Amino acid sequence: MLELKNIRWRLPEGEEILKGVNMKIPDGKLTVVTGPNGGGKTSIAKMIAGLYSPTEGEIFLDGTDITEYNITERARQGIAYAFQQPVRFKGLTVRDLIETSAERKLDNEFICGILGDVGLCAREYMNREADASLSGGESKRIEIATVLARKNASMLVFDEPEAGIDLWSFGSLINAFERLKNEGGRSLLIISHQERIMEIADYIIVISGGKVSAEGSREEILPGLLKENSSGEKCPLGRTVPEKEDF
Amino acid sequence: MDSITEKLLGIVSDRNVISFKGAYNIRENSGCAGRQSSENIKIENKSDNPGIVIKIGSGAQKETVYIPACVTRGGVNDLVYNDFYVEDGADVIIVAGCGVHSDDEEEARHNGIHRFFIGKNARVLYKEKHIGTGNGSGAKRIDPVTDVVMDENSYMEMDTMQISGVTSTNRLTTAKLGAGAKLVIRERLLTDGDETAKSDFSVSLDGEDSGVDLVSRSVAKGNSYQEYHSVIKGNCRCTGHSECDAILADNGRVNAAPELYAGNIDASLIHEAAIGKIAGEQIIKLRTLGLTEEEAEQKIIDGFLK
Repeated sequence: MLELKNIRWRLPEGEEILKGVNMKIPDGKLTVVTGPNGGGKTSIAKMIAGLYSPTEGEIFLDGTDITEYNITERARQGIAYAFQQPVRFKGLTVRDLIETSAERKLDNEFICGILGDVGLCAREYMNREADASLSGGESKRIEIATVLARKNASMLVFDEPEAGIDLWSFGSLINAFERLKNEGGRSLLIISHQERIMEIADYIIVISGGKVSAEGSREEILPGLLKENSSGEKCPLGRTVPEKEDF
Repeated sequence: MDSITEKLLGIVSDRNVISFKGAYNIRENSGCAGRQSSENIKIENKSDNPGIVIKIGSGAQKETVYIPACVTRGGVNDLVYNDFYVEDGADVIIVAGCGVHSDDEEEARHNGIHRFFIGKNARVLYKEKHIGTGNGSGAKRIDPVTDVVMDENSYMEMDTMQISGVTSTNRLTTAKLGAGAKLVIRERLLTDGDETAKSDFSVSLDGEDSGVDLVSRSVAKGNSYQEYHSVIKGNCRCTGHSECDAILADNGRVNAAPELYAGNIDASLIHEAAIGKIAGEQIIKLRTLGLTEEEAEQKIIDGFLK
């Protein structure tokens, strides 16, 4: 289980982005973290992957305190992270990235499977450079594929995987997430606003103003979120987290 | 042939001596260490200068000729003139690597002057790897000069790479393209320590619908210094593209100056140059895949120069 305890994070300029986040990501489940823009969702994802270090608080993975672990150590501990904005490389091919992620040489069939999961025709992409010649949507899907290839990772974190993905590929992606969920054994944490992703979630956490404002099962949380979106009014969201609740 | 030559040949030609098949000429310390012609590729001594004449007949189709050169000790200043005559319609792969080695304080130098005369509809893939080895303080220099004349609808791809250890290199390449001829150049350079590298390309697009695509990628590490200069002259309806990408590490320095001349309204020419250190986000991405910072940097450089 991944657990964040009282995570605070302040920008160098002084603004506090995360204001005491407490959350538990259950094992083998698909958890969606959602909430309004600027609420701190991406900051939480980067905090988990080690890109940001908390000003205060602790992060535990399967009982191990990984707060001081750097990015590499967290990856080796089993955390995989798909960036919201994919990184481009001149010279490294799609195959290079996927093989680096999988930590071994891969046959074409395996790479085809991974790229097919994100809606790409593998033969056209395997040996292409992961550079600016790829469209935003293509890069995004390859970014997600690098995380799907991390077979040794137990915690897969996706930051807005829907961004830049077309309708048809998005269907493939939803299927891939569902398949991962049904296989069990790995935990999925998806930062998303997308209703279709929330519909396959086991658990939903709402982040607002740098804090967890609500959390619960999909059945508890999603109806309230949808009602709020359609009416534009605030409404009760599952189990609303009290201001000073401590995990 | 000494063991250093055999080692260098393995690096620059990707194979050992006994595996050479077909036509080849091995140059070792200004002498000939082995030669063989084939039915379609004839290799002879030049009559006016040190070097060889390679005549590639139209019967050569996807045939490979190896012409590696090695300097295995300091005090050798090898100057060689090699002329390639590629007959109309031939299709050939030329592997022309060079290794220089010095274990003493004297300079080891190879200066290869290659001239290509490529016939109509002929195709040439030219592969060249350069490396310097040895622990001596003597400089390891490789200064290639390549002159290319391309006839109608011919095609040439130059795939050149300087792997490591060359103290200084001064690379001069000129090309004149006839109608419909296409030239593709892929240059990769790695310099480290106090090494210097200078690349100078001059391509003249003289025939209608000729085209050149020139991409140079380099990495300057340590205190090394590189200069890149290219001139593409579009004298008719033609296309030209020049790109210089360089990665800086440590105190490496790069001076890039791509230059275009359009002498005809239908000349379409582009140049690009990008120099900078490895983007931090690239290192972070690879670290999220489990690599250390050092491993990530090496992976990026290896991929960039691949």
